Amino acid sequence: MSERVLEVEGLVVTFPGDTGRTAVVDHVDLTLDAGEALALVGESGCGKSMTALSLLRLVPKPGRIEAGRIQIAGQDVLTLPIPALRSLRGRGAAMVFQEPMTSLNPVLTVGAQVVEAIRLHERVGANAARRRAAELFAHVGIPDPEARLDAYPHQLSGGMKQRAMIAIALAARPKLLIADEPTTALDVTIQAQILDLLRDLRRDSGMALLLITHDLGIVNEVADRVAVMYAGQLVETGSRELVLGAARHPYTQGLLRSIPALAPRGARLSEIPGSVPSAGAWPSGCRFHPRCPRAFEPCPRIDPGWTELRAGQRARCHAVAKEEAS
Amino acid sequence: MPLHIWINGAVALFVLGAAVATWRLRRNALWREAGRELWRRRPLALAFVALYSALALCDSISWIDAEGTGVREPRSLLVRAFPVDFQEASYSAPLADVEFYGGQPLQHPGAHWLGTDILGRDVLLQALRGARVALLVGGLTSLIAIPLALLFGVAAGYRGGWLDDLVLFLISVLFAMPGLLLLIALIMALGRGPVQVCVALGVTGWVSFARLARGETLKLRELDYVQAARALGVSELRIIVRHVVPNLMHLVVITFVLMFSSLVLTEAVLAWLGLGIDGSWGQMIDRARDELSRDPIIWWNLTAASAALFGLILAVNLVGDAVRDILDPRTLRERA
Repeated sequence: MSERVLEVEGLVVTFPGDTGRTAVVDHVDLTLDAGEALALVGESGCGKSMTALSLLRLVPKPGRIEAGRIQIAGQDVLTLPIPALRSLRGRGAAMVFQEPMTSLNPVLTVGAQVVEAIRLHERVGANAARRRAAELFAHVGIPDPEARLDAYPHQLSGGMKQRAMIAIALAARPKLLIADEPTTALDVTIQAQILDLLRDLRRDSGMALLLITHDLGIVNEVADRVAVMYAGQLVETGSRELVLGAARHPYTQGLLRSIPALAPRGARLSEIPGSVPSAGAWPSGCRFHPRCPRAFEPCPRIDPGWTELRAGQRARCHAVAKEEAS
Repeated sequence: MPLHIWINGAVALFVLGAAVATWRLRRNALWREAGRELWRRRPLALAFVALYSALALCDSISWIDAEGTGVREPRSLLVRAFPVDFQEASYSAPLADVEFYGGQPLQHPGAHWLGTDILGRDVLLQALRGARVALLVGGLTSLIAIPLALLFGVAAGYRGGWLDDLVLFLISVLFAMPGLLLLIALIMALGRGPVQVCVALGVTGWVSFARLARGETLKLRELDYVQAARALGVSELRIIVRHVVPNLMHLVVITFVLMFSSLVLTEAVLAWLGLGIDGSWGQMIDRARDELSRDPIIWWNLTAASAALFGLILAVNLVGDAVRDILDPRTLRERA
């Protein structure tokens, strides 16, 4: 259970802005072992999705991966030639996108799309691929899989579509599944079913899961480890118990306080004042300092480095560093 | 007894090809649904189109009779439906027993339902035979123009960059030229045959659909399912063939039907300029120009050709509008 599936070091993704290229993902480090689930958490616009896309070199133009190293299943993604990259996509790591409504091709049956994904990475006949597709559908909990193979996307409900998307992503037996807000577009009961499905799949196949979300409730249910992102940078990482139970970074604390289920009962729900600054207009020093309740003298000037806490928990905060030092 | 079978032009192939394609599309649930809807909305117009197609098919299968019957020319199925020597000396009015000028008795009194022209040929037969030319112009030209437009439009929209600039430049240049002048110049350069006219029409006719296909591809390229396919490791060519082009097919069908009628009309304009295809309705109308100034007036020639042309164009346009309503993604979503 300790095979390293994903290793990201110093990842920088830039987009051209008014004043040169600005980094929307700024020196992000991530690691993920087989069978592990890591949740990447943050508000909208903080660079989560861009991080996910860059893992498979899918950053849309004019964006560019400027620096860093990405290894998936032992292969260096950034130096891989195109044919090898293509076989890594889907087989090494597969993605499930946010919108099940638009992530399936409307003019092909879902079966045809699963079969395409299977035959892309494996030399199997059409009939064998169809049987595999039916098995996959049954595996992801689609009732009457044989018949559903011939359905068009518009004939399926949102939950069924997301299951079909997951089946497509699983077609080549990937070592890593990247799920970008997989349940955001679904209603709550379906959300729970999809999350259960993801957990079962991970347990059964030893697949690693990188879950991108802004919903801390989902994190609590699925993740082993959590990485919190703010304005293109990671600000706190650690095990789920520590980050959700004993968060140190003021941003993480603020996020947790704004969740009804996790906030103390009867207490007034708080929010973090202001909103995420847009890329290119990031504050100097600590990027969170204009919104931070604990900001003090060095925060606007000096970029805080990582402060190592117990059991692998780390936070990027001057206040935490001061607490630890004293 | 040697039997010479002449497949006259490509029209028989078109009609049979269209029939086979329709049959194949019935296997795809989405197209079958669209076909049913079309039949429900426009049965009469569809029947008209089928009738014209059948006439064209009958006129494109022809063979030479065995020796000894006295006829050397290959005659089509359609021509064979009429008597062998179905001809008079000159003009005769519809259903007349005598010639229009002079009053000589006819060889086939009362048999020419729409009269005869200046050379004594039966007008009804000529009008029916025009269907083959119309289908040739519409079909062959679309077969040239639409693949050309798809190739340029999709390539430009998907690749972008210098290729997009080049194609847009080409489109702008073609748009900047007066269409009819360009057409005339091309026909002068290529020659006057039916295929040459179709090529000229096709080469000038692809631009507007190319622009549409380019815009649509630009949109499709960014859609989630294209991104998802890319994330699965699908190659760019395969994405184009399987995920982009099939999502343009509704536009292809709509464009084909609407283009068809405008091409037949353009041929009529060319015929009026003396550049048409032999045997077309346009040519019949062109020849009937002088007959309108005769006294008493010769009206049946012009009327027959115009009515035949009008019938086809109206039927095709009605089908085209229905096809657009049915295949337009916005209305499709409402029905789903």
